[in-house]
Amino acid sequence: MKTQLTLKVNGERRDLIVAAHKTLLEVLREDLNLTGTKHGCELGECGTCTVLVDGLPVLSCLALPVELQGREIKTVEGMAENGRLHPLQQAFAELGAAQCGYCTPGILLTAEALLAGNTAPTRDEVREALAGNLCRCTGYTKILEAVELAALRMHGARA
Amino acid sequence: MNASKLSVIGQSLPKIDAWAKVTGETKYADDMVLPRMAHAKLLRSPHPHALIRRIDTTRAAALPGVYAVITGRDLPRVKFGIMPVSQDEEALCVEKVRMVGDAVAAVAAVDEETAERAARLIEVDYEPLKPLMSIEESLASPDVRIHEYGDGPNVHKAVSLQFGDVEAAFAGSHLVREDVFYFEGNTHLPMEQHAAVAHWGPDGKLTLWSSTQTPHYVHRLLSKILDTPQAHIRVVAAPVGGGFGGKLDPFAHEIAACKLSQVTGRPVKITLTREEVFYVHRGRHPVLMWVKTGFARDGGITGMHFRSWLDGGAYGSYGVASTFYTGVLQTVTYKIPVYKFEGARVFTNKPPCGPKRGHGTPQPRFAVECQIDKAAEQLGLDPADMRRRNLTEPFTKTANHLTISTTGLGECIDRVVEASGWRQKRGKLPPGRGIGIACSAYLTGAGSAIYWNDMPHSGAVVRADRSGLVAVLCGATDIGQGSDSILAYLVAEVLGIQPKDIRVHPADTDLTPVDLGSYSSRVTLMAGNAAIQAATHLRARIFEAAAKKLEVAPDQLAARDRRVFVIDDPEKGMSFAEAVVLGESMHGVLAFPGSYAPPKRAGKYKGGGVGPSPCYSFTACVVEVDVDAETGDVKPAEIWIAHDVGRALNPLLVEGQTEGSVYMGLGEALMEEQVFRKGVHKSPSMLDYKSPTTLETPEIHTILVETDDPEGPFGAKEAGQGPLLPVPPAVANAVHDAVGVRIDEIPISPDKVIRALELKRQGKLPRVGPEKLPLFTFPVPKAVESAFGLPAEEISVRPFDPQRSFGA
Repeated sequence: MKTQLTLKVNGERRDLIVAAHKTLLEVLREDLNLTGTKHGCELGECGTCTVLVDGLPVLSCLALPVELQGREIKTVEGMAENGRLHPLQQAFAELGAAQCGYCTPGILLTAEALLAGNTAPTRDEVREALAGNLCRCTGYTKILEAVELAALRMHGARA
Repeated sequence: MNASKLSVIGQSLPKIDAWAKVTGETKYADDMVLPRMAHAKLLRSPHPHALIRRIDTTRAAALPGVYAVITGRDLPRVKFGIMPVSQDEEALCVEKVRMVGDAVAAVAAVDEETAERAARLIEVDYEPLKPLMSIEESLASPDVRIHEYGDGPNVHKAVSLQFGDVEAAFAGSHLVREDVFYFEGNTHLPMEQHAAVAHWGPDGKLTLWSSTQTPHYVHRLLSKILDTPQAHIRVVAAPVGGGFGGKLDPFAHEIAACKLSQVTGRPVKITLTREEVFYVHRGRHPVLMWVKTGFARDGGITGMHFRSWLDGGAYGSYGVASTFYTGVLQTVTYKIPVYKFEGARVFTNKPPCGPKRGHGTPQPRFAVECQIDKAAEQLGLDPADMRRRNLTEPFTKTANHLTISTTGLGECIDRVVEASGWRQKRGKLPPGRGIGIACSAYLTGAGSAIYWNDMPHSGAVVRADRSGLVAVLCGATDIGQGSDSILAYLVAEVLGIQPKDIRVHPADTDLTPVDLGSYSSRVTLMAGNAAIQAATHLRARIFEAAAKKLEVAPDQLAARDRRVFVIDDPEKGMSFAEAVVLGESMHGVLAFPGSYAPPKRAGKYKGGGVGPSPCYSFTACVVEVDVDAETGDVKPAEIWIAHDVGRALNPLLVEGQTEGSVYMGLGEALMEEQVFRKGVHKSPSMLDYKSPTTLETPEIHTILVETDDPEGPFGAKEAGQGPLLPVPPAVANAVHDAVGVRIDEIPISPDKVIRALELKRQGKLPRVGPEKLPLFTFPVPKAVESAFGLPAEEISVRPFDPQRSFGA
């Protein structure tokens, strides 16, 4: 059964007609061509497909678009503004935090949500926030360092 | 301006693809969409071992939205496999399935959902056979045969090698130990599920885009499997979202997508589910090991006899190589004057094992490093000192005729001992906390191709456009390790430009010279040397033209900072782009090839082709752990790892490879296991298959040791696999230091620790590990003389000498 809905994605209003049971992950990738959102398990286990809904991390493989009308959805494509990278993206690139890059979009968005609520997280707080995002390449070290560098650049030195 | 100092090599630069990866722009195989594209699904066997009586696809084909349904009868009846000696796979099984997950049919439909629904409508009539689920079961059931070939009933391969008289060495030893170890299987778990898009065009030519680590071997095998000329097939490796060895075979889904594209006349995409990835596997072999080693009073190794039994799963895959790899590198890590190795790989009705990061070597490393720890205890020696006593000498040969060039293992040991505070900590930490050490060596590229030939293992074309842009075309596949970036750094250094001035075009069998694939830690050295050779040719032509204009001799020129200039008068020169224009005016279009083949050093004995490498990396690792005696939980607190990388072309990337290896080694050491119940995978999901998160990964202190190897590009050796090897045994040795129990079995899960502590409380031998070995007669080895300590043959001249090149 198809349904008509309107989603607000990366600040843009998008009108869609999609099967009602399609997940947000599927709609983003297949109907909106926002393939920056990746899938790792499609069962809510790995964090790869994380997007932000009203600023909070949501596993898009478990979310239904029909329930998200009117909410602010943000994907990795929405992180850079006017061609300027988000400080997290810049730090991840500079510090080698993306190896294969497949888990990177989900981790970047989870980290963005963290830094929105905690301007100077400790390393353990970063670990805690990213514990639901698996990465098989990096051993997490460079990811933790990049989040800390981005926090520093966004909000200055820790108090 | 210092013309001889390196300007790109040795810098911690971002990867050239970093920007695409942090913005989500990188197009992985599943991100591709082509007009009219169909979506495919495979139907897989629910039985571990069964005959196929009948497959009825009628209902599936009739479902609206279905374009085609195929079975193995629609494909050429030819078996294939990655190793020429193990041609035992079918993309879609016709008569028999050998594991849960074997594909038997494929559907192409308008969308994934329809394809999946159609696949469920295919009726397969199976006649179940007795499943053989372990080494013991397979060896004890010669009446049930998984395959009709091999070195005995259900024995895929049995090998024996002997170099010198080990029995005589044992007889003269101060201490001889025999120990038994087991390393459970585990899987790669790349974040990206395998995906492929096939397009068999109306011109009769096939293109396959795939998340593969080895487009060349897929290219070669597709021709055989599809009975189509290789020249009419193009394979493009998409950026790979994690490989670790799991994307190194030609797979059923790739082949099915190709065939479905041919029969539907549409592009066809197929993407595996996470559960399917667990069944596709090709991961770490479960290996049972027996090792007998003689030691002198001072801890020196006098000889070693090593036996391994590998649980291969249902197919050959890389298993013949894996079997040898469980035996060949022991002699590279430490001095072993005489050595005997016997190995057997056994078929079972489980997903096939193959190459996972470290390919066949982490298991024996675990066994040997734990045994040395036990021997050190018996001999009253410090385990770090004992390892230092057994270092191999640079530029010598090993017992099994492998040539070692440089080695920095001594420095690696010293550096981790110093950094970790080993001397102050070992045996002196509070109860429940312990520290352990282990070492390893690993290949920098396999010395032989999978199929014997005299052609290059890697090639590159470097082309300078008159705009000043330089394009590098190379068949190498970037799987996240950064091989595209490494090629850019090397070419930039040779040409005196910046990585940003270079575009790398990788892994396309139509456009790029061959590279055998991203395996055996070979790409930096092999593709790197090829790219350097190509860039050096290009530079010579540019210098010739620039020299004429500047009225100097070409050898008076250097290239640096995007300029070509006179070394003794740096103001006199021109921009790189201007020099390219002069070069093109003088020579025509500037595009030059480079090739690389490793030195031919295969030992002159059967099996001598596995183990040789241009050079070996070395690693030492110290792990500090906390062991909870109540729960049996082992928590790594801190890790120090020193890796001899030859030269760190980009320290940031080498650290990243090292940290990733340590992480993966920790997962294997403590939690990851691919195990089965009644033929079915016990945990085919990312929730149930435990792997370390940020919370289980401790601080990793990486120390890079440089030895400037004459074989490597600018002296570089491998970084992506070797650092995994010492981690599991270092953890095991730390657990012993913490609570005085030996866990001789990987993973060191809480139940095993609790069991060992209980044995300790009862006053019994505080050890948990395998208790018995299978009854098996290995072939009689052909005795070969030990080459231990002989000087290395001539080391091939570095294809590119930075000193000479920069005119210093």
